[in-house]
Amino acid sequence: MTKGIVKGIISNLVQVEVSGPVSQNEICYINLGHERLMAEVIKVSGNIAYTQVFESTRGLRPGDTVDFTDHMLEVKLGPGMLSKNYDGLQNDLNKMTGIFLARGDYTDPLDEDSSWDFTPLAKAGDKVSAGDWLGNVPESWIAHKIMVPFGMDGEYSIKSIAGAGTYKITDTIATLVDKEGKEHAVNMIQKWPVKIPIRAYLEKPRPFKLMETGVRTIDTLNPMVEGGTGFIPGPFGAGKTVLQHSISKNAEADMIIFAACGERANEVVEMFVEFPELDDPRTGRKLMERTIIICNTSNMPVAAREASVYTAMTIAEYYRNMGLKVLLLADSTSRWAQALREMSNRMEELPGPDAFPMDLPAIVSNFYARAGFVYLKGGATGSITFIGTVSPAGGNLKEPVTESTKKAARCFYALSQARADSKRYPAVDPIDSYSKYLEYPEVIEYLNTNINPHWVENVLLAKDILHRGREAYEQINILGDDGVPLSYHDRYWKSELVDRIILQQDGFDKVDQSTPMKRQEYMLELILDICGMDFHFESFEEIMPYYVRMINICKQMNYVEFKSTEFNKYNEELSNTTQERRAE
Amino acid sequence: MSTQAFQKIYTKLNSITKATCTVKATDVGNDELATVAGRLAQVVKIIGDDVTLQIFAGTEGIGTDAEVVFFGKAPTLKVGSELAGRFFNAYGEPIDGGPDINGTEVEIGGPSVNPVRRKQPSELIATGIAGIDLNNTLVTGQKIPFFADPDQPYNEVMSLVALRAQSDKIILGGMGLSTDDYLYYKHAFENAGVIDRIISFVNTTEDPTVERLLVPNMALTAAEYFAAEMNEKVLVLLTDMTLYCDALSIVSNRMDQIPSKDSMPGSLYSDLAKLYEKAVQFPEGGSITIIAVTTLSGGDITHAIPDNTGYITEGQLFLKRDTDIAKVIVDPFRSLSRLKQLVIGKKTREDHPQVMNTAVRLYADAANAKTKLENGFDLSDYDERTLAFAREYARDILAIDVNIDTDTMLDLSWNLFQRHFSKAEIGIKDEFMNLYWVEA
Repeated sequence: MTKGIVKGIISNLVQVEVSGPVSQNEICYINLGHERLMAEVIKVSGNIAYTQVFESTRGLRPGDTVDFTDHMLEVKLGPGMLSKNYDGLQNDLNKMTGIFLARGDYTDPLDEDSSWDFTPLAKAGDKVSAGDWLGNVPESWIAHKIMVPFGMDGEYSIKSIAGAGTYKITDTIATLVDKEGKEHAVNMIQKWPVKIPIRAYLEKPRPFKLMETGVRTIDTLNPMVEGGTGFIPGPFGAGKTVLQHSISKNAEADMIIFAACGERANEVVEMFVEFPELDDPRTGRKLMERTIIICNTSNMPVAAREASVYTAMTIAEYYRNMGLKVLLLADSTSRWAQALREMSNRMEELPGPDAFPMDLPAIVSNFYARAGFVYLKGGATGSITFIGTVSPAGGNLKEPVTESTKKAARCFYALSQARADSKRYPAVDPIDSYSKYLEYPEVIEYLNTNINPHWVENVLLAKDILHRGREAYEQINILGDDGVPLSYHDRYWKSELVDRIILQQDGFDKVDQSTPMKRQEYMLELILDICGMDFHFESFEEIMPYYVRMINICKQMNYVEFKSTEFNKYNEELSNTTQERRAE
Repeated sequence: MSTQAFQKIYTKLNSITKATCTVKATDVGNDELATVAGRLAQVVKIIGDDVTLQIFAGTEGIGTDAEVVFFGKAPTLKVGSELAGRFFNAYGEPIDGGPDINGTEVEIGGPSVNPVRRKQPSELIATGIAGIDLNNTLVTGQKIPFFADPDQPYNEVMSLVALRAQSDKIILGGMGLSTDDYLYYKHAFENAGVIDRIISFVNTTEDPTVERLLVPNMALTAAEYFAAEMNEKVLVLLTDMTLYCDALSIVSNRMDQIPSKDSMPGSLYSDLAKLYEKAVQFPEGGSITIIAVTTLSGGDITHAIPDNTGYITEGQLFLKRDTDIAKVIVDPFRSLSRLKQLVIGKKTREDHPQVMNTAVRLYADAANAKTKLENGFDLSDYDERTLAFAREYARDILAIDVNIDTDTMLDLSWNLFQRHFSKAEIGIKDEFMNLYWVEA
């Protein structure tokens, strides 16, 4: 292996003089006393390798020795990752001793001593290639597939495969023979470099299936699809994290991978505390049992923050290849971009806009492109749905990270400061936000078949009502309450009805925090029905109190169980109220 | 700090800028402390045998033949229970004429807490100020700044919060504090008779600018000692973080780094996060709560400093002058405490979240009514009632000089709701309406 010697240190950028070949993105360890600091090569110039160190470089001196490893930053994949808490480099945080993170403390992401009940899915003589399923082991409620390692090129035949039984992850479970007759032993562990997408699938079609999140403003108005991409930009305090947390709690996915990338530690602690307690409505088990948290909070080393999103994506790709619906959430991709900026700055590269690296848009779109819905070789399907948050500087959406992401992501959930200020949560702006998927013919067909035949038509109608309501509101503000026809007030209040009952949702209320599609369908029909009615008013002063009454009743409906006695009671009260002023 | 035997002394400086100098030296570690002509300095960059040092007191009068002595260690603070009641400068040296501290020497700016070892904050900090306790409840282990214009009384409000909050230690980190403000804090603490709970690290406007880069880490290292080792509840006050960031930008500018937004260094977010994330609730009961001040320029929160701060801290508090009552209140619209959800309605009365939201919504309606009035439109009956409500809400509950407990705040709010509004206009869950709405 190549050796090196430290020559220069600028914060976490360390220049290493090397004595042999090195490759871009190769991992090396810098020896500082008895501590070994992990670093990645990010530039080579002559015999100097520029490395970014994933730790604090305090005390590092020129002359310290460096060992290169001949491989890129990798994750270790195998059964036992579910419900683990990793740092950005996939160290198991729970295995670290002590309250404080010790420098150079690297822990095993898998439990080598754990044993698993293996059931073979292939048999001796079968022809296999990378990503094919050899067998499965139950991991929590998931049938974790043991696959032919993604790094094995070409076709192999199975010489032998272990019978059903209990094995450790390090035990050989199959022996594969390549074309030259060379034998390869395969166990349950494989490694994969995080910056390279796993492509062991047949085909990646356009996504078409709805991905329910339980959040009405998303599901009803701007739906996300299985294998889709979206992003949530918003100024601080607009509720990005709360929205992502509620998606992670309620989304209809087989598993959730949450990359806490350069954000607040207390927010991650909230997940550590709540997820083991919260029930997953789909499985009846605890939420944590379908979750992996990659946690690189803002005070952890900045280079590891850059790695963390890739670590998360690679683990997601691994599980997708088992035929699972994976939801990947990253909070916040702006912190990742800032980590790129810090390194680019230290390397004295010519800066792009706002001092971000010039290739930021390319890096962002390459990353988003790794999500998607895939057909696997065995006929199964899998998906990674990716939703990232963006924290635009000063809340201004005309900044490089938002603009780069807008080019890459298909759904845009803009959080608005004005909505957040008036406590209209989730503060997703219904007018500015969009879901490109609502224009996909295959998505429209799916929605109309699976929800109801008029669904998309109704959604567009609701959007129109919101649009017209905003226009009316602006007119009222310019001309005054009595300067506009009564119909303007009526139009505005109809949009308020949609806004307050469909869009606004109490993320902290037991019932209201998640709405199943059936209930969303019912409520949308109910509200659109009222919006279609003509009411009779004498003066504009009668309009607000009347609508406020209806809104209040509908809100109470949102707070109680669907179709419960109370729900029906409120429903009846509502229909009586709507009759009061029905125009002939 | 004095030199010791066998320390290498270098006397040939290659280059000198306003804040840094470069010397040829070997066997020097990154972040290491040194003196240049007797002034404290820290290694910030090493290329081969060119070592760049940041000189905290500035480089005025430094010659190319200045003596450079390396200490072989990063900046440290001696910690121990003796710290209590003492005043220090940015280097951790006593400035109150008292004796030196005997204690364990620890490096400042040490490692961060393993997130899985943190405990979820769950203990509320009562201040008696409704703008905080009712609308933006604080929790131990939280980090929150006041976003204030320079003319607002943020130091007064912060000292009020510090003195009313139940904490074992209050640590003041003063950066670029005017001598007047420094004396204000000193007197406020002395008058309250809590001086033995206070520890101060102060860099005043008279001291060199770059020195203040050490202040927050000194304060937080002391805080970590009391919170992690002694299991105490520690409140850290950092004022003014904007001046700290200004010092950061000076150093990065001198080191020819490419500035990002508003001339701030590209690493501003990480630099600030490393400090603020020291706020923590330890499982053994100790905690560090950080209340900071970030002064704004003309209320502009899109500037890089407040903007990055807002993304790191768990909310922010704004002060505003309510012209109806001619008193300062904590602005109910723009202020936010992100951790309040962990305690309100759980550690406080169940109706707290809904009462809070309803009152703020009605206060917002009043603001709309005011705009209408200013634009010359007629007010509806509802508008008139919201205005009356807003006046009383500000006067009896929000004003900063009102000191009442949370239950009283809730009762007073219900009282105002009933006086000015109908049941439907309130729109609170029936469950609570039945409990607290008294039928006339």
